[in-house]
Amino acid sequence: MSDQTGSDVAVAMHGIVKRFPGVLANDHVSFEARFGEVHALLGENGAGKTTLMNILYGIYRPDEGEIYIKGRRVTIRSPRDAIRLGIGMVHQQYRLVSTHTVVENVILGLPGNFFFPDRAARRKLEEFSEKYGLHVDPEARIWQLSSGEQQRVEIIKALYRGAEILILDEPTSMLTPGEIDELLGVIRRMAAEGHTVIFITHKLDEVFDISDRVTVLRQGKVVATLETARTDKPSLARLMVGREVLFRLEKRPASVGQTVLRVEGLHALNDRGLPAVRNVSFAIAAGEILGIAGVAGNGQRELVEALVGLRPSTQGRVFIKEQEVTHQPPRTLIERGVCYIPGERLIGLVPSLSVAENLILRNYCQAPFTQGAFLNYGAINEYADHLVAQYSVATPSLKTPVKLLSGGNIQRVILARETCRAPTLLVAAHPTSGLDVGATEYIRQLLLAQRDQGTAVLLVSEDLEEVLQLSDRIAVMFEGQIMGILPADQADLETIGLMMAGAKKMSVPEVV
Amino acid sequence: MWDFILLVLRAAIPAGTPLLFGTLGEVTAERSGVLNLGVEGMMIVGAVTAFGVTQSTGNIWLGVAAAALVGGILALVHAFASITLRVNQVVSGLALTMLGLGLSGLVGKRYIGMPPRTRFAPLAVPGLSDLPIIGPLFFRYDPLVYLAIALVPVLWFILYKTRWGITLRSVGESPATADALGVNVFRVRYLAVFFGGLMAGVGGAYLSVVYTTAWIEGMTAGAGWIVIALTIFAMWDPVRALLGAYLFGGVRVLQYRLQPLGISPNLLNMLPFIFTILVLLVSAGEAMRKRIGAPEALMQPYMREER
Repeated sequence: MSDQTGSDVAVAMHGIVKRFPGVLANDHVSFEARFGEVHALLGENGAGKTTLMNILYGIYRPDEGEIYIKGRRVTIRSPRDAIRLGIGMVHQQYRLVSTHTVVENVILGLPGNFFFPDRAARRKLEEFSEKYGLHVDPEARIWQLSSGEQQRVEIIKALYRGAEILILDEPTSMLTPGEIDELLGVIRRMAAEGHTVIFITHKLDEVFDISDRVTVLRQGKVVATLETARTDKPSLARLMVGREVLFRLEKRPASVGQTVLRVEGLHALNDRGLPAVRNVSFAIAAGEILGIAGVAGNGQRELVEALVGLRPSTQGRVFIKEQEVTHQPPRTLIERGVCYIPGERLIGLVPSLSVAENLILRNYCQAPFTQGAFLNYGAINEYADHLVAQYSVATPSLKTPVKLLSGGNIQRVILARETCRAPTLLVAAHPTSGLDVGATEYIRQLLLAQRDQGTAVLLVSEDLEEVLQLSDRIAVMFEGQIMGILPADQADLETIGLMMAGAKKMSVPEVV
Repeated sequence: MWDFILLVLRAAIPAGTPLLFGTLGEVTAERSGVLNLGVEGMMIVGAVTAFGVTQSTGNIWLGVAAAALVGGILALVHAFASITLRVNQVVSGLALTMLGLGLSGLVGKRYIGMPPRTRFAPLAVPGLSDLPIIGPLFFRYDPLVYLAIALVPVLWFILYKTRWGITLRSVGESPATADALGVNVFRVRYLAVFFGGLMAGVGGAYLSVVYTTAWIEGMTAGAGWIVIALTIFAMWDPVRALLGAYLFGGVRVLQYRLQPLGISPNLLNMLPFIFTILVLLVSAGEAMRKRIGAPEALMQPYMREER
């Protein structure tokens, strides 16, 4: 595809190389997108998708390579250059000033009237909202908006600047299913108008939902560029991961043991001091996975935090192996064998500490890692080496700060630290959110392995399929309450979906 | 009693004016995300520069202008260290204060005890200055007092009602956002810090050529630190800066007036900082922080390629 410089090519990047300390993020990548097409950029985390697009948007400078926009060779030194060339980008973490209003965010950095707010800007903003169905209140402050609304502001921002080429970096990762449908509608409308949309994703379904063509990246290299209609899910997955992917997990029947965790009538408040968990009761036995399904924000986070001692409960009692642990600090719970994989990955780690140091955060104060007042780095490195190999963490070295690892590898570090000592209770919140197929598969298998060796697992996830696949029993949370607990073999998507919407309240059969 | 209150109020405004200049400058710098703890240093160098230039030229305005320029240049040192080199802003700012105190002492040796060649005549606003009570209280000051007051609405308007203001605040709240929209984060921050230096220089000048009309070593006596406290007290807002500056100006005046009554000046000296702590406590909550808190990116150097 190197010599195709036809007039329908909006963007062409040739031989792009970008090195970061210890990582070759883009290795002679060539990429092309046409006018009016939705082009998916597919790859695992760390494959170099975002890096490539950050180069196109002027955030990174490439070490080698050439960029052509509409057939003309360009050098993009900064986002300002990119904007002038008609490129817009919506980052995965929105770039919005959260204390400012929507209009202020949209017109930031644009020339125009010195005085502000000016009516022309607002009128233009409203026109755009109307035209693309991107409805949002111009006077609202960003922090008051939902994730989906914030994304609309980001898209309006790019369009307002006359973006013909729009890059969306994993745009669905923060959206509800309804919001995703709306977004896809907006993307179709833009493409129909002749915009080029580059859609970064690691979700295969989305590639087929929206894209015309797809370019697959693996470990910094382009593996293939294909017409979406002429390929299928398994072959794309193979290209992306580099091997066959299991879409079905092998799951042995559970051999349930004694009750490990028992929760009785638990109540907890959210950050704003409003009730978030209301009268929740359930139990988990050794060797089973209890999945908690629910739309985000229905008290799952607060429940998990209350269970691991990070949030005070206001009422109710918690028992671990029939010993009461209500109101105990995290340290005590850790000693009882409670392990926690937090939903936001960087909460579970100290980002600037090394891989080895993060791996001993739980037990740094025990022999052999500590000798008197000193840390024994010999023992620490030996231990870390072993874990890195066992959990196949891809890291340049044990001394690399974890923040430089990709999402999947960061999650492996957490899992290694939390599960290597056969916990009695494993609390996993959204363990695979934002991870690619390969890492997701690995982590799901690991959770099942934990179950099989007799750990009680509490799995909280917004990914319904994940909950259905892994759990032995499924609890559904709605507005802080448990709507019902079903055995996995009686649970189907429809029943669970209704319960998630709060429509159906089952009597809670106390199993175990 | 009424006379006493009037006297204090009248004295509070000139006493608060150098604080007001400094605070307006620091509010601007911090709104862009750069904390400059070098205010004390920039003020005192401004003070000695203004005094020296006024003595040799016989023109106070030249002295004030020179002080502003020198304050601005010192601020650029901090800007280079904290914006370009991304040094810790606290360290760099403290160094600037030390540097300023030492430098002013060195340069100022020959001005110690020198009588002033000239001073500002109070600018009586025609018609209004003869009103009873209000006249002497509001309309008989030197021109710099009025300049400081005039700057308040101007700065407020720029901050909240113009594109410059939105750009400045965005850079202080989220430099990555501003950068992604093509704003030159570095230029905005340099300009804001430079403006902060100009204002601190003028504030220092006010102390030496208007307020005291003499050069005394270490004459800022912590005014720069009160400016830092005031910036927080004012919650990064020019209008509240005006109120705060006159309030603390009044406190400074009271120190001398209340001493004979057995009230320790040290106690009153603490007041600005107690207020500051109170403001920090009140604005600690998430919702309050969004409305009145510090700029989100305050003290965070910006680097585009950070991963």
